[in-house]
Amino acid sequence: MTVTATSERALDQLVDQRRVVICCGSGGVGKTTTAAVVALEGARRGRNAVVVTIDPAKRLANALGLDHLSDTATEIDRSRWDPNGDAPPSGRLSALMLDTKSTFDRLITRNAGSDDQAQGILENRFYRNVSGALGGTQEYMAMEKLHELHEEGGFDLIVVDTPPTRHALDFLDAPKRLIRLLDNRIFRLLMMPTRAYLRVASVAVQAFLRTVSRVIGTEVVEDVVAFFRAFEGMEQGFRDRARAVEALISDPSTAFVLVTSPRRDAVDEARYFAQSLTAHHQTVEALIVNRVHPAFGDEAPEGLRARAEGLRSDTRDPEAAARLAALYENLADFRDIAIGERTHLESLRDRIGSATVAYVPFLAHDVYDFDALGEVANLLFVASDNAG
Amino acid sequence: MRKMEVGQFCSTSHVVIVAGKGGVGKTTVTATLALVASRAGLRVLVVEVEGKSGLASMFGVPALEYEEVALADRIKARFLTPDAALVDYLESHGMKRISKRLANSGALDVVATAVPGMKDILVLGKVKSLEEQRKVDLVIVDAPAAGHAVTFLVSARGLLDAVRVGPVRKQAQDVVELLTDPARCEVMLVTIPEETPVNELIETAFAVEDKAGVALGPVIVNGCFDPLPADVVATTDAITRDATALDRFVSEREANDLARAAAFRAERFEIQREQAERLAQRLPLPQLRLPFVFDADISRPDLDVLADALTREIEALPAR
Repeated sequence: MTVTATSERALDQLVDQRRVVICCGSGGVGKTTTAAVVALEGARRGRNAVVVTIDPAKRLANALGLDHLSDTATEIDRSRWDPNGDAPPSGRLSALMLDTKSTFDRLITRNAGSDDQAQGILENRFYRNVSGALGGTQEYMAMEKLHELHEEGGFDLIVVDTPPTRHALDFLDAPKRLIRLLDNRIFRLLMMPTRAYLRVASVAVQAFLRTVSRVIGTEVVEDVVAFFRAFEGMEQGFRDRARAVEALISDPSTAFVLVTSPRRDAVDEARYFAQSLTAHHQTVEALIVNRVHPAFGDEAPEGLRARAEGLRSDTRDPEAAARLAALYENLADFRDIAIGERTHLESLRDRIGSATVAYVPFLAHDVYDFDALGEVANLLFVASDNAG
Repeated sequence: MRKMEVGQFCSTSHVVIVAGKGGVGKTTVTATLALVASRAGLRVLVVEVEGKSGLASMFGVPALEYEEVALADRIKARFLTPDAALVDYLESHGMKRISKRLANSGALDVVATAVPGMKDILVLGKVKSLEEQRKVDLVIVDAPAAGHAVTFLVSARGLLDAVRVGPVRKQAQDVVELLTDPARCEVMLVTIPEETPVNELIETAFAVEDKAGVALGPVIVNGCFDPLPADVVATTDAITRDATALDRFVSEREANDLARAAAFRAERFEIQREQAERLAQRLPLPQLRLPFVFDADISRPDLDVLADALTREIEALPAR
C-alpha cells in the first residue's frame, strides 16, 4: 500500500505548520505509536516537538525514555532519534507520560488563594479520589497538560495522544463538564450555606444530604461538602482555565488526526469520532489507517474460490492440485480481507470531508523503538528531506 | 487422558467476565462462549456494560437495552447502566422515593465522583443479584477494555475503604464475595497472538489475580491463522510447476499474487506461533485458540464456526 502524493504533502504541511496535533481514535489501533511518529517527524524536520502520551505500551514507553509518570517533559537524547545526524539543529524531541494526579495538584495549587486553601483541598479524601484518574479526570488533565505545555513549554509542536475512552470525545467535553459540575444545582446548594448564610436553603440542603447519606454513608458526604467548601473562590479560576483550554482546542493552529485500523469495529468507532468532531465544529485533517492488509491483486474472491474447487476435483496430479487449491483459497481469503477493509474505510469517506488519508501497512513486528518509529515515519512522510 | 466436557467447562463458574484490550475481539468471544454454553443446554445471560452495538448485530437483533432480550435459543442479553442499576437497587431495598430523587437531581454523578468505583459497583452488584437469582445457569459479562477492566474489578475493594456504612458498602462486600469465589466467578482473558496485546494480557492477568483476587479461566487466543499445508511452497516457480503438471494456465501476475498471499500467511503464522509460545511460558494458563475470521462482518454463521472451534479446543483440555 502506498501513500498518495497529495496526502504526502498534506501530512507534511500538518507536521510543518501546526502547533498542536491531537490524535484520537479507539483503543488498540496504534494511536500512541502514531502520536510518537508525528512528533518524531516534527523533530526530524527541525521543530521542537513533544509527545504527550497517556498509557503507552511498556516497550514504547521505554523507547521514549518514559520509565515512570512524569509531570514534566523529558527531552530524548538526539543520538537516539537521529542517529545519523540528519535533522536540522533546531529539531528537538521530548516526551511526557501524563500524570493525572500531579497535573491536577498543580492546577489546584496554582488557583488556590492561599497555601492553606490548597492544602485543605489536596488532603481532602474526595479530592484524592477525584484526582486519581477517575470519572473523566484523565481526559480533563490531558487537555490541561496540553494547555500548560502550549503556554509555558516553549515547544512549537505538541502532539497529544488521547485516553482510550469509549465515549470517544470525553476529552473535548472535559472542560465543559467541569463548568457543568460547577453549575450543578447540588454543587451550588452545597456552596450556599457558607456563602450566604441562607438558613432556609440550608434546611433543604441538610435534608438532601441526609438522603444521600443513607445510601453512601455520612463520611463520604462530609468529605464532599468539605471539598466543595474548600473550593470556594477558586471557581472563577477553573472556569477561565476551562474556557482557555476550549479555545486552544478550537484554534486554527490545532489539528485533529483520526487514527484507526481498517477493521470494522475500529472504523465504526472512527466514524463516530468524526461525527462527534463535526458536532464540536472541529475538522478531521488527516486520517491515518494503521495495519492495512496488502491488496494482493484485484481478482474477485468468488472466481478464485471457483478455481480452487475445480482443482480439488482434478485427479491428474492430486497433490499438485491440492497445493494449488490451497493457494487459491488462501488468496481468496486475503482478497476478502482487502475488499472488506476498503469497504469499511469507504464508509468513513463521507464523514471526514477532504481529510488526507494515509495508510500504514501491516508490519511484521510491533513498533517499539526509534528504528521502527522512523520506519513508519518514512512510510507516512516520504517527502521528508530526512527520509532514509 | 480424559477429555473435558463442554457442559462441565461452562459450569465451572456461574459468572464469566470476558476481558481484554480493545480490538482483540472480546465481544466475538463473548458471543461464541454464549453459543457454546447454550449448545450444552445451559441458559445464558450476556451482560454488556459499555453500550456497544457489536453483540446485538452479530445475532441480528436491535441494540440492547436495560431489559433483557433474547439473542438466540437459551441466550438472553441486556445492557446494564449504572444509573438504571442504582434505581433498580434502591427500589428493591425499600428506597423508591430516594431513587427517583437521586436519579433526577444528577446526584449520582456527584456521588460517583466522590466514591471511586461507585458506578462499577452498581453494575457488578446487579450482576451479583442476577447470579443469585439463578434464573440462568451462566452469566457472561463483556467487560470494559483491559486497563479499565482491572479498575472495574478492583473497584469493590477500593470502595470498602472509602465507604464505611450504608447499603452501598453492603453491595461492595457482596460483590467482593462474588468476585473472589472461583465457583461463582472467573475472568476469561482474550488476546490476539501479537506482541503488544500478549504483553498487555500478561500484565492484566497478574493485576486481576493480585489486585482483584479474581480467578482466571483459560486464555482465549483469538484470530489465529491455520498454517497452509506443509507441502505448499510459496514461490512463483513452484506454482508454475504445479500448474504445468495439471495442464492449467496461471498468469505471471496471478502466480505472484498467490505466492505473496501465501508468504504473508506463513509470516503471520510464524509470528503467532512465537507469541502463543511466549504467552504459554509467561502465563501458566491453558490456551483456547480461535481461528481468524476472514468475513468482514461477523454474523451468526461465523459464530457457529467459532463455536465449533471453541468446542474442539475445550474438549482437548484435560478433564478437571
